[in-house]
Amino acid sequence: MPRPRVIPGFGLALGGTLAFLSLATLLPLGALALKTAGLSWAEFWGYVADPRAVSTYRVTLFAATVATGFNIVIGVLAAWILVRYEFPGRRLLDAAIDLPFALPTAVAGIALATLTVPTGPVGQLFAPFGIKIAYAFPGIILAMMFTSLPFIVRTVQPVLADLEPQLEEAAASLGAGPASTFFHVILPELLPSILAGGALALVRSLGEFGAVVFIAGNLPFKTEISALLIYIRMDEFDYVGAAALATVILAAALVLLLAMNLLQSRLYRRFHG
Amino acid sequence: MSGAPRSPRVPLTGHPGRLALVVAGAGAAGMLITLPLAAVFYYALRDGLAAYWSHLVAPDTLHAIGLSLLAAGIALPVNTVFGLAAAWTLAKFEFPGRRLLISLIELPLSISPIIIGVAYLFVFGMQGYLGPWLDDHGVRLAFNVASIVVVTTIVTSPYVFREVLPLMLTQGRQEEQASIMLGAGGWQTFWRVTLPNVKWAVIYGVCLSFARSLGEFGSVAVVSGGVRGETNTMTLQIDLLYHDRVQTAAFAVASILTSIALVTLVLKTWVECREISSD
Repeated sequence: MPRPRVIPGFGLALGGTLAFLSLATLLPLGALALKTAGLSWAEFWGYVADPRAVSTYRVTLFAATVATGFNIVIGVLAAWILVRYEFPGRRLLDAAIDLPFALPTAVAGIALATLTVPTGPVGQLFAPFGIKIAYAFPGIILAMMFTSLPFIVRTVQPVLADLEPQLEEAAASLGAGPASTFFHVILPELLPSILAGGALALVRSLGEFGAVVFIAGNLPFKTEISALLIYIRMDEFDYVGAAALATVILAAALVLLLAMNLLQSRLYRRFHG
Repeated sequence: MSGAPRSPRVPLTGHPGRLALVVAGAGAAGMLITLPLAAVFYYALRDGLAAYWSHLVAPDTLHAIGLSLLAAGIALPVNTVFGLAAAWTLAKFEFPGRRLLISLIELPLSISPIIIGVAYLFVFGMQGYLGPWLDDHGVRLAFNVASIVVVTTIVTSPYVFREVLPLMLTQGRQEEQASIMLGAGGWQTFWRVTLPNVKWAVIYGVCLSFARSLGEFGSVAVVSGGVRGETNTMTLQIDLLYHDRVQTAAFAVASILTSIALVTLVLKTWVECREISSD
């Protein structure tokens, strides 16, 4: 039932928001889709199923998945200690978690690459075991981990802080140990937020460019990510090829965001009725 | 971020298990974040302060700093006005499609900056839908400074919004409604009631937006054309210097961006302390 609005300015604010949004986001993304729609199926398939392109999907998806997996473990652990324990440096760690949000990705990229080349301070530790980080696959994972860690910590942390202490007290009084309480009582409560944060981290990692290109080595068929291949196609004036690839990556990101949104609201309903 | 947790924080003394968790968690997260930070300043200052300074005042670098500041200087006010208008719309009014609108506004955070740059060129570049027509009318919006400014604005558009919206949502509408009932106009209510309430979120959002717009790389790399000393921003200059193997120079430029990121974090921590103590 429509109620009369007391606060004025709805038309102006919504109009301005939609106008900016249309110009800034919808117009360019629409143009990208339109450019791709001008291709025949055979041409489109030729671009997106090209072996070099397919290998970039594999590298990007695999690295992003592994990075997100590591980050879920580190992120939940970090959120846990920040919320539950009092220790020296807690505030500093809490503040530092946001650094990857504020630090330019290119800066992160050159710093991580310089640290992890075989002669670098961190690379030296791994080189004797024959493990290459920079200019190899682990470097891509590391760069993606750096840029997406805050997404998980910052999504899980408020949910963990808001948990009812009674839940754990009940579990403990029924004889559950700390580990059992965590895995059977706390983790299910955290699951929607872990999934939400994990989805954000995954999408962010799939699209990451600045941090990855400096450390990846960028060898076609080995360590080349999709975002870089799009960039290379633009550089070669192969605009149609770039459009086709960009559309695939964009569609994948949108589908992933939508799927995670749906899954999250279903989980939320299951646990909260 | 999160206020005080419902269960009080417990000390570590006498609990080796808790201590192990803290060492593992703080060690892993702390190292991942602080090692690159330390590396930036170490490599920037490795050849001494004189060399550091000479890298910063090299003409191409100064030009790049100026260009980045220009882009940030235009992106910031635009994004602040947009963020406030969008947050006001979503927090103070009910209408269908609010979740979709939020997702659309935050889209630039999730999609690759490369895609934003490429999509931009398909509108305003010479191979785009409007580019040739604009060019006939003497307007060029690709491979120049204007294109850098516009994509920087697009990529950083959600930051002020994202900081302000949650705060406006928790504050509700009563204060504005009271103000209007007492006879204040819409603008007066906005300036005297709404804005002071979200002041600190706006300030932090603007700082984050500033740090991100100076540091934008992927989208700018696509649309800039990357002409040394002309359309090179700070991050493109870092890219050039790094690949020219002038490592200390690349890190010298990087150290400016890192310092701005650190100031942003300090400000955020300070703002949160104020919020908690004023609760």
